Amino acid sequence: MTLTAEEKREIAEEQKRYPDRRAACVEALKIAQRSRGWVSDETLRELADHLGMTADELDGVATFYNMIFRRPVGRHVIFLCDSVSCWVMGEEALRAQLKERLGIDFGQTTVDGEYTLLPVACLGTCDHAPALLLDRELHGDLTETRIDALIARRG
Amino acid sequence: MERPLTQALRADGVPLDIDEYERAGGYRALRKALRELQPAELTAMVKASNLRGRGGAGFPTGVKWQAVPMGPSARRPKYLVCNADEMEPGTFKDRLLLEGNPHLVLEGMMLAAYAIEAEVAYVFLRWAYKRAEETMRTAIAEAYARGYLGRHILASPWSLELHVHTSAGRYICGEETALLNALEGARAIPRAKPPYPQTSGLWGKPVVVQNVETLCNVPVIVERGVDAYKALSRTDEGGTKIYGASGHVKRPGAWELPMGATIRELLEEHAGGMRDGYRFRGVIPGGASTDFLAEEHLDVKMDYASVMKVGSRMGTGTMIILDDRTCPVGMVLNLELFFARESCGWCTPCREGLPWVARTLAAIEAGQGMESDLELLAQQSRLLGPGHTFCALAPGAVEPLQSAVKLFRDDFLRHIRERRCPFRGQAA
Repeated sequence: MTLTAEEKREIAEEQKRYPDRRAACVEALKIAQRSRGWVSDETLRELADHLGMTADELDGVATFYNMIFRRPVGRHVIFLCDSVSCWVMGEEALRAQLKERLGIDFGQTTVDGEYTLLPVACLGTCDHAPALLLDRELHGDLTETRIDALIARRG
Repeated sequence: MERPLTQALRADGVPLDIDEYERAGGYRALRKALRELQPAELTAMVKASNLRGRGGAGFPTGVKWQAVPMGPSARRPKYLVCNADEMEPGTFKDRLLLEGNPHLVLEGMMLAAYAIEAEVAYVFLRWAYKRAEETMRTAIAEAYARGYLGRHILASPWSLELHVHTSAGRYICGEETALLNALEGARAIPRAKPPYPQTSGLWGKPVVVQNVETLCNVPVIVERGVDAYKALSRTDEGGTKIYGASGHVKRPGAWELPMGATIRELLEEHAGGMRDGYRFRGVIPGGASTDFLAEEHLDVKMDYASVMKVGSRMGTGTMIILDDRTCPVGMVLNLELFFARESCGWCTPCREGLPWVARTLAAIEAGQGMESDLELLAQQSRLLGPGHTFCALAPGAVEPLQSAVKLFRDDFLRHIRERRCPFRGQAA
């Protein structure tokens, strides 16, 4: 899928905020990822051309950041906080529950393509630990019941 | 008790809009500065206030600003960056300000930008903070519409453009020079200093990077004056501090208090003490990269100098409590796995050393450790400490490690001698 005119317009809009057009490359990766779910080699090459970078330079950036996916992901991504406050408050049990219910490990996607499960660093909501992000929505004060409800609602 | 950073926050969690912020006295400090203060005078005020960076390092803010080249010969544009990449495990204070009082963050940025004569400012905001992104974008649009941003602010000769950059998530982005690489669209690896960012930082131009909470103190200093600002604190370090506590306490949360409140006050009065059935064993005072403190340190004042005196750091001021039913070895393993995963890989000791430490801890936790592992961990703590690595990530990582091996030595030895984790199988 090649970059649409609308995506190129959005990238151009981002580029106005920086004195160097390559500076918008992280934003450009996010824009391309939004409708595709991930960034394929083909999309990476096209974006690199568009930004005046080599594909390897852009891949160096893309693979550095946690939220740029260079492999396909599910329709929803669950980012489970596995940092210290959530760990103290019972994250290990929730992790086991999620893996068991979804039948996947961290870094994997359910066979129906619905969910990808990933760990994420501290979500800055430690007074409501344990917590997770479902796509970009924050859910805190998690219990096994709440996790089941979250998955059931979407599933 | 005065809480200048948080007293205007609405109980329903809705962010203050520009009208509410102005009614609460907002943007008076900016008007005052533009009318009465030269940039150098503003910097001198901030220096005299003893404001220290609230991101964790505690560097004196005014001193940082004084290093920026000023006047017509300075290279331009100059930049001001608000570091809103809050990602230090256990830290949840900047979110409160970004989501609840976005105009205070903006006014702080404007004043800092004015002080260093910056023309362009960025909020470097963590990708995961979706709500903060929404509140900040709305507030920025309001500020432009009312003439606080853009060309000739409040009819003065000074102009400032302000943008949001949400990046794509990585702990190291919070490191000042790595953040600059991220903003330039590169891998967020730290840079060598010198040159310091104040002289050659963003696209080779002068830049100052400050944490959200630090910036929020600046309007308070300008509006109240240096003496009144210093009087907010119980110690030599100016102002208030947003402290917090998480773990098995009755009321986890964040509270703005005079700088210098004690750990005991935070734990017992504000967090309500330990939950029933849990006893206090230790505390990491300010985010993952600070040394554990024990019960004997409960009366230590939470300011940069006092916590340093007992061998730890105040860091971000948000405490993580270790209780008697949580395994200290498991907790340190969790911390070291985090640091190993978030190492940017740029320098060898950090890239190779942290996974080694994590594997050693995992073996001990699983009952496969040896007593000689404790010496290995102590040795790695020295080799990954200050002076051996490119940036502060690994030195930060070994702070909780070295202190845990000393404070909880008996727990480590039990794991090794009993060949199991004594905390496993306990009722949670």
